[in-house]
Amino acid sequence: MILDAKIPDGSIEDKWSNHKFSNKLVNPANKRKYNIIVVGSGLAGGSAAATLGELGYNVKCFCYQDSPRRAHSIAAQGGINAAKNYQNDGDSVYRLFYDTIKGGDFRSREANVYRLAEVSGNIIDQCVAQGVPFAREYGGHLANRSFGGAQVSRTFYARGQTGQQLLLGAYSALNAQIARGQVEMYNRHEMLELVLVEGHAKGIITRNLVNGAIESWSADAVILATGGYSTVFFLSTCAAGVNVTGAFRSFKKGAGFANPCYTQIHPTCIPQEGDHQSKLTLMSESLRNDGRVWVPKDPKVSEQLRNKDIRPRDVAESERDYYLERKYPSFGNLAPRDISSRSAKEACDKGRGVSYTGFGVYLDFEDAIGRLGQPAIEERYGNLFEMYERISGDNGYETPMMIYPAPHYTMGGLWVDYNLMSNVDGLFVLGEANFSDHGANRLGASALMQGLADGYFVVPYTVANYLARVGAGAPDPDGPAFKEAKASINDNLNKMLSVQGKRSARSIHIELGRIMWEYCGMARDDAGLKKALQLIPELREEFWSNVRIPGTGEQLNIELERAGRVADHLEFAELMCHDAHDRDESCGGHFRVEHQTDEGEAKRDDENFSHVSVWEHQGVNTAPVKHNEELVYESVTMATRSYK
Amino acid sequence: MSLLASSLGKKYIMALSGLVLSLFVLGHMLGNLQVFGDPYLINAYGYKLQHLPYGLLWIIRLFLLACVLAHIWAAITLKIQNKKARPEEYEQKATVQASLASRTMIMSGLIILLFLIFHLLHYTVRAVPGHEYNQAIVTNDGTEYPAEVILIKNGKPMVDSYGKPLQVHNLHDMMVAGFSYPLISLFYVVATYLLCMHLSHGVSSMFQSVGLRNETWRYRLDIIGKIYGWVLFLGYASIPISIWLGVVKATV
Amino acid sequence: MKLNLRIWRQDGENSAGRLVDYKMDDVSPDSSFLEMLDLLNEDLIVNGDEPVAFDHDCREGICGMCSLTINGVPHGPERMTSVCQLHMRHFSDGETVVIEPWRAKPFPIIRDLVVDRTPFDRIQQAGGFISVRTGSAPDGNAIPISKEVADYAMDAAACIGCGACVAACKNASAMLFTAAKTSQLNSLPQGKAEKDRRVLGMVAAMDEAGFGNCTNYGECQAVCPKGITLDFIAQMNRDYAVASTKKLFGCAF
Repeated sequence: MILDAKIPDGSIEDKWSNHKFSNKLVNPANKRKYNIIVVGSGLAGGSAAATLGELGYNVKCFCYQDSPRRAHSIAAQGGINAAKNYQNDGDSVYRLFYDTIKGGDFRSREANVYRLAEVSGNIIDQCVAQGVPFAREYGGHLANRSFGGAQVSRTFYARGQTGQQLLLGAYSALNAQIARGQVEMYNRHEMLELVLVEGHAKGIITRNLVNGAIESWSADAVILATGGYSTVFFLSTCAAGVNVTGAFRSFKKGAGFANPCYTQIHPTCIPQEGDHQSKLTLMSESLRNDGRVWVPKDPKVSEQLRNKDIRPRDVAESERDYYLERKYPSFGNLAPRDISSRSAKEACDKGRGVSYTGFGVYLDFEDAIGRLGQPAIEERYGNLFEMYERISGDNGYETPMMIYPAPHYTMGGLWVDYNLMSNVDGLFVLGEANFSDHGANRLGASALMQGLADGYFVVPYTVANYLARVGAGAPDPDGPAFKEAKASINDNLNKMLSVQGKRSARSIHIELGRIMWEYCGMARDDAGLKKALQLIPELREEFWSNVRIPGTGEQLNIELERAGRVADHLEFAELMCHDAHDRDESCGGHFRVEHQTDEGEAKRDDENFSHVSVWEHQGVNTAPVKHNEELVYESVTMATRSYK
Repeated sequence: MSLLASSLGKKYIMALSGLVLSLFVLGHMLGNLQVFGDPYLINAYGYKLQHLPYGLLWIIRLFLLACVLAHIWAAITLKIQNKKARPEEYEQKATVQASLASRTMIMSGLIILLFLIFHLLHYTVRAVPGHEYNQAIVTNDGTEYPAEVILIKNGKPMVDSYGKPLQVHNLHDMMVAGFSYPLISLFYVVATYLLCMHLSHGVSSMFQSVGLRNETWRYRLDIIGKIYGWVLFLGYASIPISIWLGVVKATV
Repeated sequence: MKLNLRIWRQDGENSAGRLVDYKMDDVSPDSSFLEMLDLLNEDLIVNGDEPVAFDHDCREGICGMCSLTINGVPHGPERMTSVCQLHMRHFSDGETVVIEPWRAKPFPIIRDLVVDRTPFDRIQQAGGFISVRTGSAPDGNAIPISKEVADYAMDAAACIGCGACVAACKNASAMLFTAAKTSQLNSLPQGKAEKDRRVLGMVAAMDEAGFGNCTNYGECQAVCPKGITLDFIAQMNRDYAVASTKKLFGCAF
């Protein structure tokens, strides 16, 4: 596997400009000769498909949902960062770049992150022009709020539905191109295979989820924007349909998978309530602007709270431990996500948790309501308070909310170079599906920024460079490579359908989730990961010998869809544990218990692990092979992250 | 025309024809309420309407007829489309907030239409068997009144420009006689109640259909619509009821 | 708690459907409605029956995928709540719950409770966008937009496109959805240039898809999980009237 990051020459400020100039272009009249496949219609996929269509390429876009507008980007609540410095509080492209690198615990690629910060302002402009109703001040100018891991106010937002509004913006741009005939949209189609022709990604195989048809699609380039893989934990903040299939099948076709162990556990989610639960609901990190996180100092008080012997407001101020404010005085409740999550776990592990399961801490708005009045809090977070009440049955204005961390985002993903192209020629990977920008931990409000940066402002340039190099000419979708891929997909589906065992795919997924949460969750260690690496293949075996999928493959079959995704998770989980085991250091969201400071903070090992771990597939029951991309920092000095 | 073909275009027709008709029923009611005064009032009113210059009476009549037809055409076309759009009903039916009035617009409309036809035959064309009123006006108990009378104001007969006494339709007694039949009165009261319902949804709705409504005015218009409907009902229903109670009596 | 479920089962678009009875004996009041269905499906699968197909994805009330009519009311009894956020604590022990798909001609049933809502996409494609080339936008603060207008546009933009408005309307009208979309873009200065084209195009697409007409019942607003109001329909009626009058007289402004 050759890993050439293709980072352009020049100072960090000039790299992207230089690169855009030196890139080859496709003449406007020739663009219509090229076909591009985009898999996924979220912020990255939707914006890429729209922009490429607008440029004149013929685009086919696929999504498994019934409409591109439903991609899971829609669920992002809090906001999107941009280095606009509208607040005059000292923000700059460099500061956003630096915050992102530091937030990622110095495990991301410098040049990519700088570019992200550089185009962040254009994203806001673009979205405003599309009619995204960002929050505004009375003077008519854009409003900002603060988010974790930053000391400037640079987050743009649309109530608690920023993701939805940005996605609807991208979706509207996509609709304009669908109406023009430049983009053909395929809803309820799930990508099941990547097709390579002479080593280049030239097509995909999909299953039509309505009638079960297995179909081939060929193109000059394939863009994956298939999102993350948090659903490997079963319980996560992700949509039920989120899956690793697109990325993982590409991995099996030779694409390198980078840093799969980097997962983000989001600190502000509604705690789990019972075994019936199918997902964990996130509440925007923006709540931490005004909410204060605490648990009782004394575990005995926590026990009384758990048993409902006393109410939270009965706990005296002196009895409370506002642990984030205590441990990180300068960032306080706005400490980055990984740190906040770990602190919550630490408190609960010491018996100070307050929900009845013992895994929950308070997020209290009493002070903010006292200071600003309830109407101001309602104006800012009204919909989040309503959502909390709907789910928990409690009124967050009267009693503190309870929160606990939950799997949310995955920083790891398919390896890509500076052009966002994977090691497989012609396979581009955008958004959460790639690995490049967030290192070992993502800052809040940066995922939306990255998705849109990749789709609107990066890939439209870099894909041209590839296309101009290889020339137009999508292969025959009935050619041998496609036929073979189709046959193997059919075999796989039939094999799954023919097991006819006794267990649902869901029950196996739940079991996998427990293994991953236990051994590869917020805290990981050598023994646990070894244990997981032993349990996962056993569970995989159980799946292939005991899963039951009623019905046939020739119609809408929700269990077949689910089982296919679970089957990929069962292989992918192993890769994740391999990576977590191999990375014998703590960094960002990857916390190895063996490597921590005396205060319980993550302790990096820059000497041995300042690299991207890129894994190459070797077969299902064979350990993957690791390749390294060394991370070189020219513009920043690696430092121990401190939010004190 | 594409506007007429569009769903919104038809709603505009509903709204505008509805506006004309709802203003008409208000005017008609105010005219009829003159029955409570001196018989001269309503008889003179009828005479004036009959003798409007330039054939205005017929222009107005045809315009109103056009509005009625447009209202009905649009309603039926929309209803057919609505049925097509929801061919299969829910097994379990439920209504969250839609008012009875809004859900029965077609029904109330159709009954009002039937009433309208009867009403025109009864008092305008005078072609309902037993109620022709062209030769003489006969009440339920067999009393007869002349179909035409001389218009008398303050005890003196009115004269036309040639100095001849004015012979006018005996509207006042015709109304009294007409409403002396219990079934007719009942039909009248029921129809005007349905009109009240129809308007209590229709008045606010017509502002909505042409886009002249917002959050503040939605509630106000809903209330205004209801008040409008009830005012009309009470106004109209007071006439047969008063006649029944003997408050309004025939002239002779 | 115990529940008697009556669920609409239908094999495909052209097959006949019917209500089938299921009994649930042990439902946690803290579980969500969809989690209750997950458990039902778990039982069905283990017993070799086909699970009930229903649409769902984010399960946090924002993607708009979930689409169940519960006891005749789209999204069920809780106001401002999509079915994925509806919790079983709002039902009583032993209750009979009838679950049906969205019913409307333009939303054919694909299977069981899953319907095809692509006409909504087509309405959007007919003008639900502001044409702006990527990278050509002026600075985000170049055109100030008053907070009131921004808030109004946001109220309209909150629509999640679930289709409950159509499902609840006795005429299967898509006016609330279409109006939310036109009103969002038409009220913003950026959307003014295409205002007339947009409303004419989107209403035509809505009619063409076979949705019914608005009779101002207000059922749509009552079931909308995002509280979109009839006022947006009024705005669309107004915008359409202005646009078609301009068109009638061949007037460009």
